[in-house]
Amino acid sequence: MYTEKVIAEFTNPQNVGEIADADGVGEVGSPACGDIMRIYLKIEGDRIADVRFRTFGCGAAIASSSMATRMILGMSLAEAWAVSNADVVEALGGLPPAKVHCSVLARDAIRAAINDCRTRRGLEPWEVRSSGCSRGAGCDSHPENG
Amino acid sequence: MNDQDQRPVYMDHAATTFMKPEVIAAMAPYFSQHFGNPSSLYRFARESRMGVDEARREVGAAVGASPEEIFFTAGGSEADNWAIKGVALANRKRGDHIVTSSIEHHAVLHTCEWLEKQGFSVTYLPVDEFGLLDPGDVRDAITDRTILVSVMAANNEIGTIQPVAELGRVAHDHGVLFHTDAVQAVGAVPIDVDRMGIDLLSLSGHKFYGPKGTGALYIRRGTRIENLIHGGGQERGRRAGTENVPGIVGLGRAIELATADIEAHNRRIAAMRDRLVRGILSAIPDARLNGHPTERLANNANFSFRYVEGESILLLLDAHGICASTGSACSSASLEPSHVLLAIGLPHEEAHGSLRLTLGDANTEEDVDYVLEVLPEVIGRLRQISPLTPAHARMPEAD
Repeated sequence: MYTEKVIAEFTNPQNVGEIADADGVGEVGSPACGDIMRIYLKIEGDRIADVRFRTFGCGAAIASSSMATRMILGMSLAEAWAVSNADVVEALGGLPPAKVHCSVLARDAIRAAINDCRTRRGLEPWEVRSSGCSRGAGCDSHPENG
Repeated sequence: MNDQDQRPVYMDHAATTFMKPEVIAAMAPYFSQHFGNPSSLYRFARESRMGVDEARREVGAAVGASPEEIFFTAGGSEADNWAIKGVALANRKRGDHIVTSSIEHHAVLHTCEWLEKQGFSVTYLPVDEFGLLDPGDVRDAITDRTILVSVMAANNEIGTIQPVAELGRVAHDHGVLFHTDAVQAVGAVPIDVDRMGIDLLSLSGHKFYGPKGTGALYIRRGTRIENLIHGGGQERGRRAGTENVPGIVGLGRAIELATADIEAHNRRIAAMRDRLVRGILSAIPDARLNGHPTERLANNANFSFRYVEGESILLLLDAHGICASTGSACSSASLEPSHVLLAIGLPHEEAHGSLRLTLGDANTEEDVDYVLEVLPEVIGRLRQISPLTPAHARMPEAD
């Protein structure tokens, strides 16, 4: 069902944890949906100097979180914002169709954390396209499920 | 835990079982030596016919029925479909209402939903927090339009055993037919169709060390039921299709073995299961056992672990060679959590964090030890990753 890369990423996830003095925190999902992702960013200059995550969810959710955090480490906020869920899926060597929404959650959690950074700095948040499973949304709307 | 410690432990016997060597041995001659079609006239086909007849006697004896009341099918799902659709269609003039429970297997639930589309009405009764159906609720649900009560003998997810004899009595008091899906119960709960007031009973070979793709429907003599599979005159004109002779022979041998000494079998399995349950609940905080404390299948343990999700539990267990199952939405194609766990009142997040371990004949005390060694670490690792885990349930940070 999962690629070797997904299994490897899931069984040995990177960047698990929290950042006490994070510059931005983003959380998406809900316990009822079965997925929650929370991403912490530490920014130096305009670069992501550290990133940590905590995820409640399936193997694909944990693998997506780990992969996405590895991808954005060292990026500028604009570069990290541009990372798409398809980029995460590709880096994982593919996800089953029913699990693609996990990569969307990872992208959304990153974007929520980036906007939290921006807001804290007094900047306008960048415009977010709803994924359908952000906090408060219903669980029955995983739009990318195919 | 390192990879060298890995040992294969299969604890998913409610999903399917291995086939016992005796069963394979009984089947073997029917693949090549006795391959004749039981419907053929020549003497050569006699062996095949005798094999099927013998299996019919064995299945009948296992549930307290006459051989003539046993009809072989291609599995439990076909038996459920046949029982429910067949009774509904044959009794349409008498009524159009079916009573069932909300925790049935999908072979029953989806059949009932299909019948609703054909104009029948179905009452799906709730169960209590342990998964038990109240026979009084069945009595209250029966109307003068009711033609069938269908309630499973034992639940496949949480193992709860229903008061089948009482349910049969309630149905018969109102002149209503009673079907039970006994797919999980055969070999684990003694069954007597007369004493329990059962008119129709579904069973499946691969749940008790028999072959997959084999099953049977018991139909009490005189029961009004339409055919499901139309065609040739096999199974006394009730179920068309050339008999799966090796499969039927294997089913017969398997049910004979499985029902020979249910009590001794249950004692051995339950002792291991109980040690597993005690060990897990004492080693893992914020865990609960789902299902009934006593009225449950001897081999079934179903847990909810808070703050973690079931599919990720399965994957980590799999990495250690342990095969188990979950009611989490994330492991299902529908992305819906188990209807059984929701029916016993679990909130979605606890249904997501469920784990089912079902023991079987090949499991050993060492298997239990191994699961008790691996599972707390698996849950601990996932709780380490989860944002929901409170401090008291989190291990100290490793890095």
